Amino acid sequence: MTPQEKRQLEIMACKVRMGILTGTYSAKCGHPGGSLSAADIFTYLYFRELNVDPAAPKDPARDRFVLSKGHTAPGLYAALANRGFFPVEDLTTLRKDGSYLQGHPNMDSVPGVDMSTGSLGQGVSCACGMALGLKHQGIPARVYTLLGDGEIQEGQVWEACMFAAHYKLDNLVIMVDNNGLQIDGWIQDVMSPYPIGEKLAAFGLAVQEIDGHDFDQIEAALNTARATKGKPSAIVLKTVKGKGVSYMEDVADWHGKAPNEAEYRQGMEELEAALRELEAQ
Amino acid sequence: MADIIRKATREGYGRGLKELGAEFDNVVVLDADLAGSTKTGVFKKAFPDRHFNCGIAEANMMCVAAGLATTGLVAFASSFAMFAAERAFEQVRNSIGYPRLNVKICASHGGMSVGEDGASHQCCEDIALMRSIPGMTILSPADEVEARKAVRAAYLQPGPVYMRLGRLAVPVFHSEDYEFVIGKGEILQDGAQVAIIATGLMVYEAMKAGEALREQGVDAMVINMPTIKPLDEELVLHAAKKSGKIVTCEEHSTIGGLGEAVCSTLSERYPTRVRRIGVPDQFGHSAPAWEVLADFGLCAENIVKVCKEFIAE
Ligand SMILES: Cc1ncc(C[n+]2csc(CCOP(=O)(O)OP(=O)(O)O)c2C)c(N)n1
Ligand SMILES: [Mg+2]
Repeated sequence: MTPQEKRQLEIMACKVRMGILTGTYSAKCGHPGGSLSAADIFTYLYFRELNVDPAAPKDPARDRFVLSKGHTAPGLYAALANRGFFPVEDLTTLRKDGSYLQGHPNMDSVPGVDMSTGSLGQGVSCACGMALGLKHQGIPARVYTLLGDGEIQEGQVWEACMFAAHYKLDNLVIMVDNNGLQIDGWIQDVMSPYPIGEKLAAFGLAVQEIDGHDFDQIEAALNTARATKGKPSAIVLKTVKGKGVSYMEDVADWHGKAPNEAEYRQGMEELEAALRELEAQ
Repeated sequence: MADIIRKATREGYGRGLKELGAEFDNVVVLDADLAGSTKTGVFKKAFPDRHFNCGIAEANMMCVAAGLATTGLVAFASSFAMFAAERAFEQVRNSIGYPRLNVKICASHGGMSVGEDGASHQCCEDIALMRSIPGMTILSPADEVEARKAVRAAYLQPGPVYMRLGRLAVPVFHSEDYEFVIGKGEILQDGAQVAIIATGLMVYEAMKAGEALREQGVDAMVINMPTIKPLDEELVLHAAKKSGKIVTCEEHSTIGGLGEAVCSTLSERYPTRVRRIGVPDQFGHSAPAWEVLADFGLCAENIVKVCKEFIAE
């Protein structure tokens, strides 16, 4: 990745973050915190990694992305919209009566969404099924899934990891957004899933732990995952919940709450300033 | 109507739990990373050493509650209805229902009224599922006072109880001296042309409908049915005999809920025509709660309409 390409990604991530704020502000509800911590990985996936085509969102040969932590739909929708799957203006209809942008991802109504999710712990198993199905039919597409670090408290997640390793699903990448927070507080206080990397490795996955806001590290990790044969890959992304909006960073309360008008304006100003700085570089 | 106080039934649960905790030290509370939303946080604040967060792991939580019950503690286990009743259904059936353990499953965010979260969280099948478990008592309080009293009644009754609680603030119409008895319904308005039997958040809508009907010269009985199982069959029969026409109202699928429970009783004991207002055989969608409810006819206006059409037949 050239410095130029990296800056383009950083610019896009900024736009995705603006989409997250705009969507949740319009809806007056929704989940900004975990959408913002994942904004960089959403951006990298849809603008550099995934083999997808907005003109053919159901192409059987496409790569798949399953947002297992489905409550962060505002981030996924913002990335899909910016990638051209639907108009960016539609983000303001999020969660409203009659909108196709459902509160949690719906594969039947939203172009580009590969799996309906929202009940934590299930998407990762669905991703296993996709990876197995593609492999079984000799389709060389890859499957990516993103989980929350609270979500991995669900036992089903570990059933899925066991399955993925057993069937040597090397076309699957299981990513954990390790932002450290869930609804009731810090994950180690509520129900510690640590050490996450060691657990995933013990289940037979090829594990990498990286800074989830550093595009160079994301690129290197996903390249390593693609080169890894015979076992599924896992990437633990160290992130900050609410990343990019100063008052939301590392604050549990911003998990499932929309900004009010003043907060929205402040957040947008911060992101616009960051965008201007990047574009001036 | 300006002085109506609105509170969610989950708030009554939180308060009821705290009162219960002060009275009985064998009360313990489990939650699954939703202590703020289910209101068990209120209990946690008062009795931190008797509140155990299980993390996002509802299946495990239900079986832990079962284990706690075997040691003589009374565990109140909470999550959203979707995850308490549905995700952990088989654990509830086999580890709580089958051994008849003294666990109280108190599920908030039941029904369509979770609104914007959409279909993945709109739980309209919990009553159907819980009705199918032998020995499960099912409570569905209509306001904050009833919820608070139901918590105590659930504690005092040995064995498994499922209580459905709502997210939305709804009018509090019971007074403090209201006496809640498991298995008993309540006539809120008497009438002879049609009987409206409602539960949960739909009770206040039914009361409004009963009033509107009276203003339009229609004489409707309005019944609050806070226990779905065991059903107050005698009250259902009384209503059927008096009015000859029954309309059920619930924020639940028309499959397996209050409406079908009423129909089963009537078809066996006193065949009577019934209209069921509820969620038809389809999934919901995202929108502000009252809009979703209106989209599915879960409102006083639609109850009035259905009653009038029914009477005109
Ligand atoms: C099975 C299930 N239980 C509970 C919930 C409610 N819920 C939604 S988000 C959330 C916390 C998720 O925390 P985490 O996985 O860390 O997500 P992030 O921090 O990335 O937002 C919970 C408990 C749910 N959606 N699904
Ligand atoms: Mg988290």
